[in-house]
Amino acid sequence: MTAPLEARAMGSSIERLDGVAKVTGTAPYAWEQPVERPAYLHPVQSTIALGRVTGIDTSAAEALDGVIAVLTRHNALRLEDTSDGELAILQDDAVGFRGQFIGGVIAETPETAREAAALVTVTYDQEAHDARLSADRDDLDAPDQVNAGFPTDTVQGDPDAALAGAAVVIDRTYTTPAEHNNPMEPHTTVAQWTDNGLVLYDSTQGVHQVRRALAPVFGLPIERIHVTSPHVGGGFGSKGLPHSHVILVAMAAQLSGGRPVKLALTRQQLFSVAGYRTPTIQRVRLGADREGRLTAIVHDVVEQTSKIKEFAEQTAVPTRMMYAAENRRTTHRLARLDVPVPSWMRAPGECPGMFGPEVAMDELAEACGVDPIEVRVRNEPHIDPESGRPFANRHLVACLREGARRFGWEQRDHRPRVRLDGDWLAGTGVASSTYPARSQPGSVARIRFADGLFNVSIGAADLGTGTWTVLTQVAADALGVGVGDVRLEIGDTALPKASIAGGSTGLASWGTAIAEAGETFLTKYGTEPEDGDELEAAAPKNPAADEYAMHSFGAQFAEVKVHRFTGEIRVSRMLGVFSAGRIVNPRTARSQFLGGMTMGLGMALHEHSVMDPRFGIIVNHDFAEYHIPANADVLDMDAIWLDEVDEHAGPLGARGIGEIGIVGAAAAIANAAYHATGVRVRDLPLTPDKFL
Amino acid sequence: MEAEIILHVDGSRRALTIDTRTTLLDALRDRLGVYSPKKGCDHGQCGACTVLLNGRRVNSCLVFAVAQDGAEVVTAAGLAEGGNLHPVQQAFLDQDAFQCGYCTPGQVCSAVGMLAEADAAQPSYVTEGFRPEDSPAAADLDDEEIRERMSGNLCRCGAYVNIVAAVRQAAAGGSGA
Repeated sequence: MTAPLEARAMGSSIERLDGVAKVTGTAPYAWEQPVERPAYLHPVQSTIALGRVTGIDTSAAEALDGVIAVLTRHNALRLEDTSDGELAILQDDAVGFRGQFIGGVIAETPETAREAAALVTVTYDQEAHDARLSADRDDLDAPDQVNAGFPTDTVQGDPDAALAGAAVVIDRTYTTPAEHNNPMEPHTTVAQWTDNGLVLYDSTQGVHQVRRALAPVFGLPIERIHVTSPHVGGGFGSKGLPHSHVILVAMAAQLSGGRPVKLALTRQQLFSVAGYRTPTIQRVRLGADREGRLTAIVHDVVEQTSKIKEFAEQTAVPTRMMYAAENRRTTHRLARLDVPVPSWMRAPGECPGMFGPEVAMDELAEACGVDPIEVRVRNEPHIDPESGRPFANRHLVACLREGARRFGWEQRDHRPRVRLDGDWLAGTGVASSTYPARSQPGSVARIRFADGLFNVSIGAADLGTGTWTVLTQVAADALGVGVGDVRLEIGDTALPKASIAGGSTGLASWGTAIAEAGETFLTKYGTEPEDGDELEAAAPKNPAADEYAMHSFGAQFAEVKVHRFTGEIRVSRMLGVFSAGRIVNPRTARSQFLGGMTMGLGMALHEHSVMDPRFGIIVNHDFAEYHIPANADVLDMDAIWLDEVDEHAGPLGARGIGEIGIVGAAAAIANAAYHATGVRVRDLPLTPDKFL
Repeated sequence: MEAEIILHVDGSRRALTIDTRTTLLDALRDRLGVYSPKKGCDHGQCGACTVLLNGRRVNSCLVFAVAQDGAEVVTAAGLAEGGNLHPVQQAFLDQDAFQCGYCTPGQVCSAVGMLAEADAAQPSYVTEGFRPEDSPAAADLDDEEIRERMSGNLCRCGAYVNIVAAVRQAAAGGSGA
């Protein structure tokens, strides 16, 4: 086991090391990598949701000046492995969802590629599709497991009997809509086939994961795929694993005469081919005594997946560990539809899965006449209800108490709809937040002493998460040197393998590898190494992971104002208090927490990918109609954290913070909106019509 | 159809032959290799492509390059000519007003343009009275004015709290918090 690091650089608020490059726009993202004579790809997408392509007329496109080739299934590379229905494009004539790639045009300029793509005419044999999610369907089915390998259903005790005998029962259905990750940098890949294989400049959360996913698809040995991705313009899960555009551009690059081919998805295209958060329908039942002590929790989730590839969100999983109750059941059921493939979006599971239950807890508090914070405190479990293990540093109550103190919660009048500020009804709300503290073993860090610097390399990713900066701080402490003595390299498969930037695991997983390498390096070479001294070391498994239930916690507080005549809703104040172990860089950490809360505000008020089931299309597929929070939507917002080091979380003592900021934010806002208006909205987003 | 134009980009005279359909953004990025302005939506909905065109902030994805023959374009890279960061850029660094950095060059150019608008007495939607004489000078912009005037630049990482702090710092001519 790697020894805990002594924090010298860790804990200091140093400026982002990539900051100057970012504020001048000179940090190269995928599209901006230097390549010679690039060609440009514009995709052709299906305009039906289900059926077969009966003909593709490419003649007009091919006749256009500047067109290099038109890619269709007739000239597309045959894939070796077509078991992934999302990636197996252009292999046959089947269409599985509207917007699926069925071809593309490669041209000398982006304008020509786009014009030519519009000239490709496609005929279809259309079949009746099914894109309607409902909890009343008779064909809902249980997946073998849900995302991250969790069991589909769990049961403890006899929840039905406990509900039947409970003094107070809350039985409500909550819904969250489909949402799209929408990183500011659209999914972008530049592909070139060379004598050494496939070279990709890709916007991804994990270069090593990209090549591991693509190698079997193309039937290539893993070393024949080289992926570079030093700067990523946001991902939020949607760049976690390669989507089909990477296949399309690699296919196109086979038809370009060896030239590199560039593809950046348009904002509209992102809505069908780059993943999204499934809509969820959550029936939550709480049974409690009159003091609000839970006896039963039942969380039944219905969500959707695509028929061509299963993705089952683990929405009910946080319910398994959040509160104490003798009797508990969680279930997940899927509607398999002819729709785009859902995937990860910031805190899959916890984010939508803490909306229903945390609003239900507010309803329980009201039903029992108990303070919403107090009802949570009363249901604090002493051990993880699911595994029976002790929690490592469960500080939910401390977050709630500290937040209450700072937010002015003690003065709260719990009655709804009694505060009027001009024409604005005002209210406050609270919700709990949680996210698992996971780390992935097996990441490898290399340290080489050269040019008077410790060169630390690992194939990790910085999506805006601060990786460039915080891993440098970790490396400095691992080697007992200053930040200026370390030169970090990330974002390339030429560097040692690293786990994915996902599940809030990046820092702990990569940092452990660096800590291990630093310890080994000092043991082997001492503090005065010679030029060329070099070694690699892998992150060991954290033994505490098998002994403890490891989770981060938080408390989200919101104050909202709802206009009594128009229903317009504004979040006038928000405070998040988090417990996440050691904070390696307070400056970047605060930004990340605030960013999660801001996205949670969007989830609460704005975000809704509207599926028109008649056509199988997301109709609001751009930033004008899919509103993400703008500057004027975010008013007084702050994030703080408990000062702690998690001695069970590996040598850094840090748990991840990329996701917890969004968890619970929407519930806190919905609870505040109820407190303001007396209208209990259980369906996100909280649009004005729902308050009138 | 093609046309020959001259652009003055970040102080350099650049002659180029372009497809008349080419936007200023694509001309900068794909013809001239000036990658500082970013493409986030290509529809004028996100602001990542914001540059200063003849001194005013514009979404360069909504401007045809052919219509800008002879124009002066300043990108975020050009604001830092000579290696010295513009005060707005320094404020963005000081306040950690970005995460992934993809919207940041647009935010920076937008803030520079916006502060000039304020000093030119151009009111915003939230300016009480909505007349030039009601419009606060850059140094007097309150947070509500800054938020409103910066709302054409989306940031999915959610750095708005720090962006407002950065713009406030730059507007006041201050040197960090």
